[in-house]
Amino acid sequence: MLNKMANKLTLATVVLGVVLSPAAMAAEEINIYSARKEALIKPLLDKFTEQTGIAVRLATGDPSALQKKLELEGENSPADLLITTDAGNLHRAAEAGLLQPVVSDTLNEKIPENLRDKDNGWFGLTYRARPIFYVKDKVKPEELSTYEALTDEKWRGRICIRSSNNIYNQSLTASMLAADGAEKTQQWADGLVKNLARPPKGGDRDQIMAAAAGQCDLAVANSYYYAGMLNGNDEEQKAAANKVAVFWPNQDDRGTHINVSGIALTKSAKNKDNAIKLMEFMVGPEAQQWYAETNGEYPVVTDVEASELLQSWGTFKADALNLSVLGENNAEAVKIMDKAGWK
Amino acid sequence: MTGVNLKQRAWQLVLTAMALLVALPILAVFAYLFIPAAEVWQHLAETVLADYLRNTIWLVLGVAAGVLLLGIPAAWLNSMCQFPGRALFEWALLLPLAMPAYIIAYTYTGMLDFSGPLQSLLRDITGWGYGEYYFPEVRSLGGAILMLSLVLFPYVYLLARAAFLEQSVCVLEVSRTLGCSRWQSFTLVALPLARPAIITGLSLALMETLADFGTVQYFGVPTFTTGIYRTWFGLGDSAAAAQLAAVLMSFVFVLILLERWSRHKARYHHTSNKYSRLPKYQLRGRQAWLATLICALPLLLGFIIPVLQLAWWSLTTADTGFDAGFIELIWHSLLLAAMAAFFALLLALVLGYGKRVNNDPLVSFTSRIAAMGYAIPGTVIAIGVLIPFTWMDRQINAAGNWLFGASPGLLLGGTLFTLLFAYNVRFLSVSLQTVEAGLGKIKPTIDDAGRSLGLGAFGVLQRLHLPLMKGTLLTALLLVFVDVLKELPATLILRPFDFNTLAVRAYEMASDERLADAGLPSIMIVAAGIIPVILLSRSITRARAGGN
Repeated sequence: MLNKMANKLTLATVVLGVVLSPAAMAAEEINIYSARKEALIKPLLDKFTEQTGIAVRLATGDPSALQKKLELEGENSPADLLITTDAGNLHRAAEAGLLQPVVSDTLNEKIPENLRDKDNGWFGLTYRARPIFYVKDKVKPEELSTYEALTDEKWRGRICIRSSNNIYNQSLTASMLAADGAEKTQQWADGLVKNLARPPKGGDRDQIMAAAAGQCDLAVANSYYYAGMLNGNDEEQKAAANKVAVFWPNQDDRGTHINVSGIALTKSAKNKDNAIKLMEFMVGPEAQQWYAETNGEYPVVTDVEASELLQSWGTFKADALNLSVLGENNAEAVKIMDKAGWK
Repeated sequence: MTGVNLKQRAWQLVLTAMALLVALPILAVFAYLFIPAAEVWQHLAETVLADYLRNTIWLVLGVAAGVLLLGIPAAWLNSMCQFPGRALFEWALLLPLAMPAYIIAYTYTGMLDFSGPLQSLLRDITGWGYGEYYFPEVRSLGGAILMLSLVLFPYVYLLARAAFLEQSVCVLEVSRTLGCSRWQSFTLVALPLARPAIITGLSLALMETLADFGTVQYFGVPTFTTGIYRTWFGLGDSAAAAQLAAVLMSFVFVLILLERWSRHKARYHHTSNKYSRLPKYQLRGRQAWLATLICALPLLLGFIIPVLQLAWWSLTTADTGFDAGFIELIWHSLLLAAMAAFFALLLALVLGYGKRVNNDPLVSFTSRIAAMGYAIPGTVIAIGVLIPFTWMDRQINAAGNWLFGASPGLLLGGTLFTLLFAYNVRFLSVSLQTVEAGLGKIKPTIDDAGRSLGLGAFGVLQRLHLPLMKGTLLTALLLVFVDVLKELPATLILRPFDFNTLAVRAYEMASDERLADAGLPSIMIVAAGIIPVILLSRSITRARAGGN
């Protein structure tokens, strides 16, 4: 009886131990905190492991939460790499002292200067634009020109855009701050809110859906969502996407607002060399093609072409603003949006 | 004599320490209160704070009304009357518990939004355009109230029904012989007697409402929860965010105080042991159909319709969604839920019984704080857990360095232990309230009798209370199980590398705005929750005193 109990206890302890202890450290491995969803990165990491024999462990999450986790874990953090979307997030991580600079000729050569951190803290891997989408049988593209012109009275009650809680809108406003200054940006935000067809709700796809259904005539959304709607298996979304077309704003001045998804080496990285190997792998032609195409984004590397679908929307001039600035302006942008009553 | 005193002291110490440990993350967040954040507060007060307050208050009031209206009539009809479909409703009304609020929000948005199938059909038939007809906006405060009420009313239904069933039938018979009508014996006797149970169900529903992030965020309704998130990450101000969280917690505190005050010192256990089986009152004709309708509506809206939508989405994506990794997701979800439920029950038993044995104000107070976690958003709890845990990791590493010249890295952070601990902080309230309610129904004279027959405090628990509370214990276990299955924010932040769950997968798809792809993992969460929910229902039916 006693023996049986002792056996059970031992078994329980072993099971608990296995389940609760951090997985035993493999000889060669990299640990990644990723705000990029599993489905959009895992296959590529598997390929890396296949080619190099280096194991990769992944924990995905929300960008802000991942940063907070890194901050709290400090030098004990198991993460070697941080993969996240939006320069605002990357910049914030750098500001918080969570990243360490990487000096790599490969990365510097392949990635255009404005798509990586001035101090080598983070590197863009793909970029996406935030253009205006117009309903083809209601709006002529000639009526459109710039983001600034969205405040024009003729658009009263005709624009759909998501909540200001979203980082994409925060970064768009941050880019306006860089171009136009605080006062004009506040006026812009006020004017835009006046022109909204409905209180902001839903994600970027919802804005395009609402436009297609007749609730508004213009929608502001990220380019890859539009690609996802056209490529996805949801017939309703496909039909909606076909009712609208892309307009690239600000072509006569600074260019359309773009942003990146990027990668950075953490300060706590214990597997630095292998982590840099993975960073360089990510800008290789094959990886770039897959990584960009899977999420409907543009590759950062100039010698890799965007997917056919993206090319069919035509080429455009992108805002050449160094994306670190988006992060620097973020808090002020949020305050401006709050003041404008942008929900 | 001194021996007993010493033992009691030791118990007090252990209990306080345990409650404190669970309260630690909440206290860690409170510690931010002492960091000034005047500038951000001024900005908040000038712009969004009024909105947060107004929306949060309306949300709480709305959901309170919603869950009571949906829960109590259904519970009464099911325990007292006979009408078409009753045998089905009895357990099926618990099914919405298996449906996470953020997922029901996705499904109704998919169906009812301006660009959704229903409104498109309406426009096709009538030829109306935008603005030419009225259609209620699902993504609104009202929509959020409805969504949360539809998935949270089973808490009220569950506890109210258990209370009605456990009421000594004699009490009701006496009330009838004293001249009460059926309606009077419901309002004057049964309802007041069931009040503690109903209030417990209501407070569970409201705490879950206060902690909800997914639904209000998706509907664009700014509340304290979304405000905390935005201030923490958007404005980058931890102190102001924590202070917002503290305001949120004071809501909860007021709720708890109100409940305590409303109960006074009243005791709710029955003084008679005489039970007899009450024949169910047979409803006929219009009455019967009305009863069927009252029970069918919440079931239809809170479960059947959203499940059909999820099933449709799953069918359209089944070819891509289901792979070997998917089985692993299911296994992880079940494993976490089972372990967390077990730990939470254990903790609740120790704290609940400890309080019964020696009613110490300190223990009572700390376990109150520990049980506040249910109303706190998962994100805040996750950060609150990380603060002390990573601090301990740093101390351990420093000591390791000093002693052996080597540091072991993260010991606590990044393990399943951290996540399980966070679940306990978040859901202890559920198991504790259930266990306390169960203990409250056992007359203190039973303890005295057991003690006088030579049993120790532990003996009383083991030999008398546990067998008497079998149903209660199972309820506590299953409630936490289902809650953990649905939990998202803390899981997302605290889970170890390469460890995904169904909720995480559903969220990843939905946040990528691929609602259809979120269908398959969502419906699996619901499916995994159904079995415990059915078990739950059966354990309650058996609890009927004097039943067969």
